[in-house]
Order: sequence, then C-alpha cells, then structure tokens
Amino acid sequence: MIAILKREIGSYFTSAIGYVVLSIFYFFSGLFFYNYCLRYQTSELTYVFYNLFLIILFLIPILTMKLFSEDKKHKSDQTYLTAPINISSIVFGKFLSAVVVFAIGIAIFILFAVVISFFTTPAWSVIFCNILGILLLGAALISIGMFISSLTESQAIAAMLGMFVGLVIYMLNSIASLVNISWISNIIYGLSFMSHYYNFTYGIISLSDIVFFLTISGIFIYLTARVLEKRRWG
Amino acid sequence: MIEVKNLVKRYGNQNALNDISFTVKDGEVLGFLGPNGAGKSTTMNIITGYISSTSGTVTIDGCEILEDPNGAKSKIGYLPEIPPLYIDMSVIDYLGFMFDLKKVKLPKKEHIEQICELVKITDVSHRIIKNLSKGYRQRVGFAQALLGNPSVLILDEPTVGLDPKQIIEIRNLIRSLGKKHTIILSSHLLTEVQATCDRVLVINQGKIVADDLTNNLAVSLSGKRQFRLTVEGNETGIYTSLRNIYGVSDVLKKGLVEKGCYQFIVETLPDIDVRRNIFKAIVDANYIILGFETVGSSLEDVFLRLTEGDSDNREAKTPKKQKGGKK
Repeated sequence: MIAILKREIGSYFTSAIGYVVLSIFYFFSGLFFYNYCLRYQTSELTYVFYNLFLIILFLIPILTMKLFSEDKKHKSDQTYLTAPINISSIVFGKFLSAVVVFAIGIAIFILFAVVISFFTTPAWSVIFCNILGILLLGAALISIGMFISSLTESQAIAAMLGMFVGLVIYMLNSIASLVNISWISNIIYGLSFMSHYYNFTYGIISLSDIVFFLTISGIFIYLTARVLEKRRWG
Repeated sequence: MIEVKNLVKRYGNQNALNDISFTVKDGEVLGFLGPNGAGKSTTMNIITGYISSTSGTVTIDGCEILEDPNGAKSKIGYLPEIPPLYIDMSVIDYLGFMFDLKKVKLPKKEHIEQICELVKITDVSHRIIKNLSKGYRQRVGFAQALLGNPSVLILDEPTVGLDPKQIIEIRNLIRSLGKKHTIILSSHLLTEVQATCDRVLVINQGKIVADDLTNNLAVSLSGKRQFRLTVEGNETGIYTSLRNIYGVSDVLKKGLVEKGCYQFIVETLPDIDVRRNIFKAIVDANYIILGFETVGSSLEDVFLRLTEGDSDNREAKTPKKQKGGKK
C-alpha cells in the first residue's frame, strides 16, 4: 500500500495534474478569503468554506480521473494485480494518494488562520471543524471519483462523469424539494452532501455527519475493489 | 514447480482456453508456441493471477493461485506482452516502486543495481522511461520481472519488436536465466523456441496440440524434407525427370518464375538424402539448375501438420488457418 501511495503521489507531481488542481484550489480559496474575510475585516471563515463546496465538486474528478483508468488503458495494472498484495491495499493506496494531495490543498487554511491571527485571535475550534469537514467531504468525493475511474479506460469520461455526479450531488436539495412524497424527499435530504457539510462550516461537529462521509467513502472504496476483482473474472 | 490442471477460460460463449493441463519441472524452460489468439497470453495471465480462470487450477510450488494468491504471486516474475511500465517514472524509481510492491526482502539498492547490470540498463537508469526506445523498455520490463529473484519467470513474447542484435542478447539472457529459474516463454516463432526452450507446448485455439521436447519436435517436423528448385527448360520434361527420381515422394509445379525457368517444390521421403540424385537427374536430362534450396519448416507447416494432418495441398489451407487463428 505504501508503495502505491508513494508512486501515485509522485505521479501527481511529475504530471501537471497535481499542480493544476492545487493552483486552481489556491486561487479560489484565496479569492474567497480576500472577498469574505479581508475585505469585510472579519475572522469568520464560514463563507469561504461554504463557497468552496462547488469548487471541490469540480476539482476532485480531475484529481481522481486517472487513478484506475490510466492503468487499465496502458495495462500498467498488471504491475499490482500480479504482485503479492491484496486488492484492498491497492485501492486504499490510490485513495489515500488523492486524499493527501487534497489535504495539501486544504493546508492553505492554516496560512489563512495565521494571517487572521495578525489582526485578531482566530476561532481555532471553528477553523479546525471546517478543515475536518472539508477533508471528510473531499474523501467521500474522492472515493466516488475513484470508483468512476475504475469503470472506464478514458480519463476524459471519468472526469466528465465525476463532474456530472458532482452536479447531481450539488442539486440534491433542490431535487428533494421537487419530490412530493415526503419519505422519498426525506431520504434525498438525508443523502445531501451539502446539508451534512454545511453543519461543519458553522462549527458544528456532529457524529452523524462524520459517519455519513466515512460511510460514503467506505462504500465506494469497497465498490472499487469489487470492480477490480470482477474484471479479473470477466 | 508449476502445475496447471484442466484450465478453462470462457468469454461469453467463446472458449479462449479449452481444458489445458501441463506441468513444468524445476529449472525447465518451456516454450508456448502458437499463432496470435491461440490462448498463450490468456494462459500466462491466469498463471500469474492477472485474470481468473473459469475453471481449473494453477499451482506454483505448492501455492494454489486462488487459495493463496499472494504466496503464488511472490514466486513469479512476469513480463507481459506489453511491459507494464509507468512511463512517467525514471527507470530507477520504477524499479524501486516494483521492488516495494513485490515486498522483496533483499538489500534494495544493491539488488536493483545488480539487475540493471544483468539486463544492461545501468547507463539509462536515471532516464525517464517515456524517452527510452522499445528495446530498452523491454529490458526494463525484464528487470522488473527479475526483481526478488523469483523461482518462476513468465515471459510473454519477450523479443517482439526488438532488432536482431537485441533479440540475440535477450535470448542469451533467457538461456542463462534458465539455469537458475523455471521459465515459461511464449512465442509465435519456431526458431525462437528452438533456440531457447527445452520443451515446447504447441497451443492452437485454446487447446494443446503438441507437448514434446524441442529436439523431438524438430525431428518430427523435419520428417519430410522439401526443396525448392528453379530449373531452366521444358516444364513437363523437368517434372517427369523429377518424379522418376528414387526417394522423391511428390513434386509441385509452381509455374514460370522468369523467362524459360520454372519453379518446383520437391518433397522427399524421410531418411533419404536425394539432393545428389536430383542434381544428376536434371543435368543428365540437359536442363540447368538455377536455384536449389531447402524449404524450412514454418510455423504454418507445424500447425497444419499438428492440427490438420499431412496434406499435399498446403497452400489452399493456409488462409483458413490464419482466419481461425485470429481472435
């Protein structure tokens, strides 16, 4: 697993993908930080995180698109599928590599907090809560993106499908409000990434939100492993 | 060392492998011979655990590939048809990655250096794989398979796409490795298998059609000798003189090749050298021999003999064979 993790992280930074994703992320988080905090002279980071939701939905498919599709296309999946390691550690290694790159992006908020600390005492607990929230949200989206990547040989299709799924996730609340049957709309509300994530941005850590994102990640990591396993039997 | 029993692989309704069984002894070099799509790569992919069989078992040194996949995989070094390289990495980084992936328990730096030297890639070890030529990439694939000194090496068409000098080098390497490792090698070239393998398994349409020592197979293939003759003179006259020679079993007219010259394929009985008789008979009849060559056994011939029996009308069957051979 460590070998795969190291290689994948390395490959993010030998290709341009890692730099591009991080630059775009830094650009928008910097813009939001300036717009919502510095301009209004507030230490309140909630709006920054609130608005990053949509950006992340678009950036994560770029991060995950090549995880499995590229290997499948170039047959480099033979390296790990014929090596004495379990499929779960392959999938987990790839998953973690994307999470690490994403975490490098999020680390910018520590810098923002330091900037705030020049003017006032930052609300560390709220900032920590936000970082935890965005990390969990990212992990869940990465697992979905990775699963999509395992289904196709084309990076472009993986990215587009990932963005489409991201948009559907973004619109879950409005979809729920369109449904008249109350129990169905309740289920859709329950699945809404947005509601679970926004709790974090307000500084609320609730166990159910944490469990929600971890469950989503777990489910899609498992499904990715099943896809790899099934392909061998195909 | 390697035991394959009743291997079947089905893709939908198509049978890619049909009940394949064989064993490979310790230190043996076994060649898989067959046309494209015969099932060579499929068999190798199953042995290495890359794909699963529909039914049947593969045991590597006592480890069953489905029951103890990691145990079996750790004993195998695999070079697939297309080397599984990460082209954005440098050679040394890639080998380091494969070293970790295979959980090799040897001193890392020394071991990788040793293998680079063995396959002669030390001078390119810091270059990015993307920028290497096909020959070097193949060697990097070879190096990757050799990591950890696995007892079994599976090499899928290891010399395809290499230039003649590289082919000779790789063959020499395989032969030297054959002393320490058990090797399965696939090829669609008879000469390659003859040059490197102790034993040959001929596979066609997912079935084993011959399993013999290389030498025996070579003898059985050359049982009937063929010569191609180009003679100046009257076609019917030449044909009659050739037919009358003792030891000639068949003569095929190949028609006019240049002005006044005709070509013939002469088949002779085994164990009789009739070359002198042919020469004398043609000279005595006042014709002039312009060309006289031995026709080697091609893979096509091997397959026709092994799968469809001996036949006079070889040319007519050739296209059918090619069609059937492609998946």
